[in-house]
Parts: sequence; structure tokens; C-alpha cells
Amino acid sequence: MNNNPSSTTQLPPTKDGSIPAGTVRLQKNRGWRLFIQTVIARSYPRVVGQMRDVSWMFFDTLLPLLAVCTYVFVYRAIKAPEDYIGFVVVGGAMIAFWMNVLWGMSSQLYWEKEQGNLALYIMTPASMMAILLGMAVGGLFSTSLRALLIIVLGSLFFGVQYSVASFAQLFAVFILAMVALYGLGMMTSSLYLLLSREAWHISNLLQEPVYLFSGFYFPIKNLGFWISAVASIIPLTMGLDAMRQLVFKSGPTLGFISVPIEIIVLSVLSVVFLVGARLMLSYMEKLAIREGRLTENRR
Amino acid sequence: MLEVDPTITKNKLPVFTRSFRVAAWLGWQIESNWTDPFLFAIYSIIKPLAGAFILVVMYSVITNGNFASPIFSYIYLGNAFYIYVGAIMTGISWAVIDDREHYKTLKYMYVAPINIPIYLIGRGVARFLVASITVVITLVVGFLFLHVNINLAAVNYPLFLVALLIGVVMLAMMGLSLAGISLVIVNNVWFIGDAVAGALFLFSGAIFPLEVLPVWLRPIGYIMPVTYWLELLRRSLVGHIAEAFPTLQGLSNLQLIGILLGLTILFGIISYFVFRYCQHVAQEKGLIDRVTNY
Repeated sequence: MNNNPSSTTQLPPTKDGSIPAGTVRLQKNRGWRLFIQTVIARSYPRVVGQMRDVSWMFFDTLLPLLAVCTYVFVYRAIKAPEDYIGFVVVGGAMIAFWMNVLWGMSSQLYWEKEQGNLALYIMTPASMMAILLGMAVGGLFSTSLRALLIIVLGSLFFGVQYSVASFAQLFAVFILAMVALYGLGMMTSSLYLLLSREAWHISNLLQEPVYLFSGFYFPIKNLGFWISAVASIIPLTMGLDAMRQLVFKSGPTLGFISVPIEIIVLSVLSVVFLVGARLMLSYMEKLAIREGRLTENRR
Repeated sequence: MLEVDPTITKNKLPVFTRSFRVAAWLGWQIESNWTDPFLFAIYSIIKPLAGAFILVVMYSVITNGNFASPIFSYIYLGNAFYIYVGAIMTGISWAVIDDREHYKTLKYMYVAPINIPIYLIGRGVARFLVASITVVITLVVGFLFLHVNINLAAVNYPLFLVALLIGVVMLAMMGLSLAGISLVIVNNVWFIGDAVAGALFLFSGAIFPLEVLPVWLRPIGYIMPVTYWLELLRRSLVGHIAEAFPTLQGLSNLQLIGILLGLTILFGIISYFVFRYCQHVAQEKGLIDRVTNY
């Protein structure tokens, strides 16, 4: 067996033993090289696609911004302290990541199945884990641009004042929250392998309730300890709470638990979700193959 | 040799009625038969209730739970009835996306003996029914647990029914124009209903009085029929509270109905021509059976 991560396949010679003219030697990667190649290949359309079609600037930035504006004006109507305006802006930006995980990660394998790509993925020697990771990397990159735009525009519109307590902690919280969140997305995407029409409805259902229980528009502490603790299974709950504590003056007084503890919890969630994604994907792929769900198209 | 079924040729049922009835039934099947009725009921209720509770918690955090304040009833009722806006408008425009992109049946609809605009409006009926149940549940929850000040004896029922009826027609007309636009655009067609619903949510004073908006943005709210519709619904249910807000204080109920009716007719005419134009463009460019896979 050839364990070389990169091997060359030579096309078979013709009957007279010569190599056909004009043939190209195929470079085939294996192992970690194939894994990385797959990650890059799957993330490529998500990164390059948005550069080719800039309509996302209107639909993926303006739409969330409209919601942000609406909730900001609600706070203005009830005369909330100014920091709450900032809470809404940051929460509105983080919603972009949740939407991406929900529709661009979890549901993605369902869409791929609908369009007939899923069977092609599984036929290739590429790892499904690498394909999911590619989707996550590409999605994270493109969504970060959207979220950044929402924060910049929202902050400019409403004059949000930031007071960053620790850039290092802020960076750590953001990265860990994203790793855990996209790990969750990779894990749940395997569940969607078994779903049909209900996939769309389930994703749709996981919008507003998660906005509520993750505290996208208000400090999660207000839901009480136990609800906040249960809601923390979604990494954005603690990620958002920690970010608010780190970037707003009144943040620490309104935080759920201290930032160092939230960093530890996010680290644990990251590991759990990534390992869970690996195990679930393996199990669900086998189950879907056994039950013949990979190519079904029940509209 | 094929024989023509005499019942088909003798069927005198008007095309409009038939298109509407069958589309409503089809819409209901599509909306509901992906799961069992119990789960469907839960699904239909949880999402809007969660949306309402986001506002409840936001309000509660700032006011320490002072739900007796008029502004809370204003916010809560506006949000509850706004469920109709998303459901009806998006429901009608989604029928185009569903039939063209997902089920790939829109071309068959065009060759069938039905009236397409009526068919599309019929497809919105299922979402209207679900939205109605959700609105009622949201109102009941507000009334029972959150001190939304609805005095059932003081409710102006005729005003409520008239306003609701005109509003539903207005939303259906707006949905039809969105359906027309959906016929001719490719990218982001999925978001067009949400985009318009989101914009109306912001500019129509659904969950905050228009005075909170910057002065230069308020005129947008004043030309939107949804603004007057929500005001009428609030006045019919909690008249004394709704009139406490200055936005449309100078207008009587009759004047509001007149404005709403006028804007509904105007939007209806615009929607009709927008749909006809978009449909013509879609047919000319061969877009009716296009699948974008976008």
C-alpha cells in the first residue's frame, strides 16, 4: 500500500507499450494533503462566490441591519440606557453567524442531497469531515465580513461607544465561540443527512427561539441562571455574553458569569462539538447509506 | 380513442373560485403535511411566540416588568398583528419560489386552466389560517399573563373586523406584487419577502411609535398602509391606549379607514400591474420554468 500523501497516477500504456500522446500525469493527493485540498476546495466557492456576486451586501447586511434598527428603536422608545443599543448592534451582527451555521452548515448536506451533490461527495476519496470543515471555513470568512459590516454601520448609525477591557480575551472568546459554533454546525449537519422536507422547517424553527434564549437582543442574565445555563449549549450564548462584558462599560455588571469561566466553557464546547461532529458524521453516514437516504428526494 | 369526461366540460364553477379553492387546499397540504398535526401546531406557535417574548424580555429588563404601561400594550399588540404581514405577504410570494425552484411545477400551473394571480393568493390562505391561530394565542398569552389591557366589553368589534378584512386584502395585494418580482429575479429571491416585511416592521411603527424614528424617516411610515392598519387594530382593541400616542392622534377612526382603504386600492392597482408586467417579462425571457439552484 502506498502511504505517500502525494502519489502520481500514470495512465495505462497503449497496446504497443507507448504512453498516449498528450496525456497528463494526474497528481493525486492522499492523507492530510487530500484533507487540506478538500477543505480549500469546499471553502473556495463560499469565499470567491461572494466576491463575484455582491448582492449579499444588500440582502445579508441590510436585512439584519433593519432588524437591528427596529430593536434599537424599541429600546429608544422605552428609554433604555445607551449600552443596550450597543448590545443590540453586537447581537445583530452575531445573528449572521447563527444564520450561517443554521442554513449554510446544518442544512447544507440536505441541500446537497436535494441537488444531487451528496452522493458525489461520498463517492470521492475526500473525507466528509474535510468537506464540512471547508464549508465552515468558507462560511466563517464570508459571514465575518457581513458581521463586521453590520457592526460598523450599526455603530455609525447609532453612535455606539465601545470600551474594550482586553483585546486578548476578546479575540480568544470570538475564536472559541466560532470554533464551538461551527463544530455544532458540523455535528448537526450529519443529523440532516436523515431528514427530508422537515429539514427546512427545523432550521426555520431554530431562529427566533434561539434569538430569545441566547440573548441576542438583551443580556442573557435576565433569563435567570438555569435558563441561561441550558441556553449556553449554544456557543453564541456565552460568546455573546463574554463579548458584551469585554466591549461595553456596563457589560461586566450585566454579564451572566465571569469571562474566564466563559472562556473555559467555550473551550470545552469546542472540543465536544468537534469530536461529536466526527463521531456523528461517521455514524449518520453509515445509517443514511444503510437506509438509502443519501439519494432520496422526497419533496 | 380517448373520451372527454363530460363533467369537465360541464363544470360551470368559475375559474377564479376553482383556482382559489384548490390553491388554498394545496397550500395547506404543503404547509402542514410534512409532520403530524401536533408537531405542526407546536411548530406554528413556538416561532412567533418566541419573537413576541424577545420584546417582552427587552421591555421587562428596562422597565422592571411594568407591563401596565400603555407602551407595552402598543408594542405587544403591534407585534402580534404583524405576524399577519410576514405570513400573508411571504406566503404568496413563496408560492412562486416553491413551485418554480422546489417542486418545479410552475410551468404546469401556467398550462393549467387556472388564473395565476388568484392561484397565488390562494396559496397564501394556509399561512393566513396558521397566522390567525398564532395571533389569537399571542393575544391570549398577553391578556392572561402580561397584563395587556384588553377590555373585552369595550372592544370595538365592527371596527376590528373591518380593519382586519381590509388589511388582509392589502397584504395579499402586496404579496402578489412580491410574487411578480420573484418571477423575474434570480439571486436572493428567497429573501425578498423577509426584506419587505423587515422594512415594514421598521417603518410602520409596528412596535414603537413613529415619533421615535428620525424625522427624515417618518414619511416612509406615513405612506405605508400597514401603519394605518395597525393603528386601527390597536384602536379597536385598546382604544384609550392607542389614542395616547401622538402619531395618528389627529385622525378619527373613519378617516383612518378611508386612508387605509385608499392606500389598499392604490397598492392593489399597483400590484396588479406589477404582477402583469413581471409575468410578461418572465414569459418573454423564458423564466417561468427556470431552476436556479441558487
